[in-house]
Amino acid sequence: MNRLLMSKNGPAVTGLILGVTAAVLVKLGNPGNMGFCVACFTRDIAGALGLHRAGIVQYLRPEIPGFILGAFFSSVFYGEYRPRGGSSPMVRFGLGFFAMIGALVFLGCPWRAYLRLAGGDWNALAGIAGLIFGVSIGIFFLYRGFSLGAARHCPKWAGAVMPLISLSLLALLFFRPLFGAEGAGPIFFSQTGPGSQHAPIIASLAAGLLVGYLAQRSRFCTVGAIRDLIMIRDSHLFKGIVAFTAAAFITNMELGQFKAGFSGQPVAHTMQLWNFLGMALSGLAFTLAGGCPGRMLIMSGEGDNDAGIFFLGTLTAAAFAHNLSLASSGAGVGAYGIPATVLGLIFCLAVGVLFMNRLD
Amino acid sequence: MDKKVIDARGLSCPQPVIETRRALDAAAGGRLEVLVDTVTSRENVLRYGRNAGWTGSFEQENDGFRVILEKGQ
Repeated sequence: MNRLLMSKNGPAVTGLILGVTAAVLVKLGNPGNMGFCVACFTRDIAGALGLHRAGIVQYLRPEIPGFILGAFFSSVFYGEYRPRGGSSPMVRFGLGFFAMIGALVFLGCPWRAYLRLAGGDWNALAGIAGLIFGVSIGIFFLYRGFSLGAARHCPKWAGAVMPLISLSLLALLFFRPLFGAEGAGPIFFSQTGPGSQHAPIIASLAAGLLVGYLAQRSRFCTVGAIRDLIMIRDSHLFKGIVAFTAAAFITNMELGQFKAGFSGQPVAHTMQLWNFLGMALSGLAFTLAGGCPGRMLIMSGEGDNDAGIFFLGTLTAAAFAHNLSLASSGAGVGAYGIPATVLGLIFCLAVGVLFMNRLD
Repeated sequence: MDKKVIDARGLSCPQPVIETRRALDAAAGGRLEVLVDTVTSRENVLRYGRNAGWTGSFEQENDGFRVILEKGQ
């Protein structure tokens, strides 16, 4: 199995299994077309921790710690655990921050963009077009020597922080301690809305660990897929997202979850310009940072501190997105989602321009 | 190009491949050594080199790998 995952067909095999698993998780209780969504799940975790108080999107999604721990165990087992960091961490925090803002304007990370398409949500097409546009801008900078500088090796335990955070999140999920003011919190769980919809904990955690393992071995990356296809005509990662989408589509059909159309789609809106620009912002930020949000989680599990900082940027943005009305809803973009998207594009373009020459 | 060494250790995806590509495009043949620090970068550089018609191998080093790409002049 390891040889297959490490081969050029590894991402396709991973995509196949991920696509089926994602559709099954929806059947088991996850929100529609949200078997996996790194952005939405991180947002739910921010809510569960009380970092934002949007009552309908609060749940400690075990898939996220599952990804990180799966990748951690896999990388340790195969001798690929390499603690490293120091490649412009604060810039990476900013890229993570605005990648999340873009994703919450669209309502999904790239993984969910493909899953929305596989569920018949045609609004995803605008998002995927935006994603390709954003990645293309990132490629423009990469061709001109864009680099955030080289990461350095770190002491062995420096890479253990994200796995420990993951274990802590799982402990909070299982024990649900109440020690906040008035006997409530600090951990919150939605009673209604998307946050209340979830597969059984064990199923979600098992799926997360499986994905973490598969993606760590195969280097599955939904942004690298587009980037490598355009930049170096290498399609092996792209086959991963084709297999992912096709497998989710077929499984959705089998399970009666496919519903084609633009309106009335789960956790989605029909403002196509902002679906496009939200994902364009995300695609640019992910490309400058070096991978899609799922890939960032996997790398953080392998000991990459810069990927961990990127994740903390996304977690922070998820909280701000709801506290400052930046996130979209089924009704459309949030009150301040448009200026936040424009600000994010300016930030990412500035990073692209300012880091066009290698630092080292 | 007789022999050239690129230090791509610590660089994010896809920068090791871009630097490799730049060097290979500028050479009709010879030997290119690319220093990388992760298995992912090692495999990416090897795959790119082989797809471009170079033979590829690697050596383990203390802090990563030395990927060796060769092609007759």
